[in-house]
Amino acid sequence: MPADSVASSSRRQFLKAGVVLGGGLVIGFIVPAAGRFALAQNAAAPVAVAPFAPNAFLRIAADDSVTVLLSHSEMGQGIWTTLPMLIAEELDADWTKMKVEHAPAAPAYAHTAFGMQMTGGSTSTWSEFDRYRMAGATARALLLQAAAQRLGVPVAELKTENGAVVLGDQRLRYGELADAAGQLKAPDPKTLALKDPKDWKLIGKGAKRLDTPEKITGRAVFGMDVQFDGLLTAVVARAPVFGGTVKSFDAAAARAVPGVRDVVQVPSGVAVIADHYWAALQGRNALQVDWDPGAHADLDSARLREQFSALARTPGAVAVQAGDAAAAMAQAAKVVEVEYSVPYLAHAPMEPLNCTVKIDAGGCDIWTGTQFQTVDQQVAARITGLKPEQIRIHTTFLGGGFGRRATPVSDFVSEAVEVAKAAKAPVKTVWPREDDVRGGYYRPAYVQRAKVGLAADGTPVAWQQVMVGQSITTGTPFEPFTVKNGIDATSVEGVADSPYVLGTPAHRVDLHSPETGIPVLWWRSVGHSYNGFVMESLVDELAHAAGQDPLAYRQRLLKDHPRHLAALNLAAEKFGWGKPAAKGRGHGIAVHESFGSYVAHAAEVSVDDGVIKVHRVVCAIDCGLAVNPDNVRAQLESGLAFGLGAALHGRITFKDGRVEQSNYHDYPVLRLPEMPVVEVHIVPSTEKMGGVGEPGTPPIAPAVANAVFALTGQRLRDLPFSLAPAARPA
Amino acid sequence: MKLHVNGSEHDVEAPPDMPLLWVLRDLLKLTGTKFGCGIAQCGACTVHIDGTPLRACVTPVSAVAGKKITTIEGLSPDGRHPVQRAWAELDVVQCGYCQSGQIMSAAALLAVVPSPSDQDIDQALAGNLCRCGTYPRIRAAVHRAAQLAKA
Repeated sequence: MPADSVASSSRRQFLKAGVVLGGGLVIGFIVPAAGRFALAQNAAAPVAVAPFAPNAFLRIAADDSVTVLLSHSEMGQGIWTTLPMLIAEELDADWTKMKVEHAPAAPAYAHTAFGMQMTGGSTSTWSEFDRYRMAGATARALLLQAAAQRLGVPVAELKTENGAVVLGDQRLRYGELADAAGQLKAPDPKTLALKDPKDWKLIGKGAKRLDTPEKITGRAVFGMDVQFDGLLTAVVARAPVFGGTVKSFDAAAARAVPGVRDVVQVPSGVAVIADHYWAALQGRNALQVDWDPGAHADLDSARLREQFSALARTPGAVAVQAGDAAAAMAQAAKVVEVEYSVPYLAHAPMEPLNCTVKIDAGGCDIWTGTQFQTVDQQVAARITGLKPEQIRIHTTFLGGGFGRRATPVSDFVSEAVEVAKAAKAPVKTVWPREDDVRGGYYRPAYVQRAKVGLAADGTPVAWQQVMVGQSITTGTPFEPFTVKNGIDATSVEGVADSPYVLGTPAHRVDLHSPETGIPVLWWRSVGHSYNGFVMESLVDELAHAAGQDPLAYRQRLLKDHPRHLAALNLAAEKFGWGKPAAKGRGHGIAVHESFGSYVAHAAEVSVDDGVIKVHRVVCAIDCGLAVNPDNVRAQLESGLAFGLGAALHGRITFKDGRVEQSNYHDYPVLRLPEMPVVEVHIVPSTEKMGGVGEPGTPPIAPAVANAVFALTGQRLRDLPFSLAPAARPA
Repeated sequence: MKLHVNGSEHDVEAPPDMPLLWVLRDLLKLTGTKFGCGIAQCGACTVHIDGTPLRACVTPVSAVAGKKITTIEGLSPDGRHPVQRAWAELDVVQCGYCQSGQIMSAAALLAVVPSPSDQDIDQALAGNLCRCGTYPRIRAAVHRAAQLAKA
């Protein structure tokens, strides 16, 4: 989701409440129902704050532990550490006493900008920056007040440090004060002052990940690891073609597999339920299903490409325009006209999709790694006939998300609820890897045709671009907020707002959003994942057409965009841009803004027998304040690895309606030997905070493609990269 | 059949062709060993069989009866194996799902090659996928673990 317009007023209009819980101190806030999405409005409606209601962000126990409740899901991005840092900073907590839990699904944990409980859009840190610091500051104020009462001195004589209130050489640990502080009325937030940035001890400096100990010992619980007595496992047979349905099935052979307990039909297919995964899988393999393939049995990637290419030569819905691009084009000294394409992509997170559901008279418990608690809760309520608050979501660690665990229709959660309901038993529904790769909800394929007219000095004077690809939000509850006048904002992000396009006096960007029957979804960096590639490759082509250095050309076009320039220049400087490449090596550069952050990558590549090898990438990011700098570096390494794997290998294709790939052998992702040496530099910045989970992804494919061009003279306009046999280093 | 896992013996009733992975996870409730692909393509299920790294997802349980099976839970009694210490020091993990397998592969490498080169590491861990791209830190942490193991 685009990380745009946060109503800063709504960010700060907290209704707060301090409540006592189990002999400790609990601080909570309720956000008003100011979310952008209608979906969320039910969930974000104000609720009464009960003493034991879980709408809280931290607990302090008598043992001095500070437990932070996370409103966002930890899926690798480090929020398990960053949000506790915000609380610990204002609380002057002892970092070694910090504990973390995922919050339950509840209105209190709604996203401060989106109004529903969710994780995505690289928004967690900036959207919680005030709320979690305020939670810490409120707790500190109450602890000070409790200490002042106990010691019989004014608060002004006290200070806090490292988990204690201090008066001279007297130290009252927070654990000792928690009970008393829990009896006090929370102060008016207007009376609370947050720390001056110069006094920060953690923010901007960093802290070690709090989830490391359990993740290096096998103790961390992912959805897949949920176990309890009586829990069964299901594997579901789904239609081999999207939109297909069950005509009939014969479960006799499946039921004969030892360990298989039941076979039930659910809306998405037929579920085989067994004592354990292996039996369920054997049972599903033995199951005979006669499918009605439905309307999409002739889906074919080659034909789709032809259709998209044909559409790209026709006008579509206008995303942005100024001046008369056609007239200006006719006057241009030089015209560059090219077509780019990117494929459908699966997210293929390491943890295959799974969801555990237990339904009883009092409610429904769901254990899963999800990015969309509010949606899951509402969908499960609809299926079970329970009230949303009776759906208890237990968010586990996510073995990768990348957008796949944030489906507007809660596909894997709703299916698991249907399975448990039909089985009348607690069931963990597990997707074999093949089901995940073939299961849809892909990053959509796009074809884009660009025609850019240059003045004699190389400046773009006319820019026409036609984009063709599926809308990921049309037909979902998000549509009213993301689609306007036929333009899905997520389709055109990075193009319709590109400084190159908007900086060209006459421009027009058109969009076609064909329907194909293929379920599509956001995939790490969403529209930017392909638009960054197209725009930064295209600008490189323009630089070449203008006979100018790719860095100098960008600097010229971006002269009024200081944050782009800051990232670009820092990456170029640290990379040593301008020094001739070693023999057999090529250099490429790209810069792209997404999710409020500005990232430049400079890459060094070689080509050996048609295989591209990326040796080194130097990255620079301007994300505003870097709350946890080492985690920013980790996310840049991560984002570029994700994008590089896709650029080198990623492709989901269709033949006769079927997905042709199935597992990591035919849907390869980046492996260790393909990982370049990476250097990350952070632009010192006091600008508005952006995200870091996604912005590292868009500029890597173009940086590498541009380096390959510099080396071989071959322009790579299609993903994944494929070098013509003739392409050899000059 | 009798399975020797992390120093204890377990009596297991399982079909002989049931992969070790599912015996560990679903029967013995040792969930530290992960399911990622089921076809030995991702390495998330890496365990040690008599000290040698093996993909548990394609290893029939009958093939390892009587052998010494070590999982991530049994790599060290206190989570202080040099590889684990190096992983913590360099903040390697992100989502963490692949890391049991990465750590088991790295530990097996260091047992045989105490001072591995980058190339040794790349080769030994090429079969362990990480979608979070923790690869640069994995490389650095294996070198660091080699130092810690000698200290």
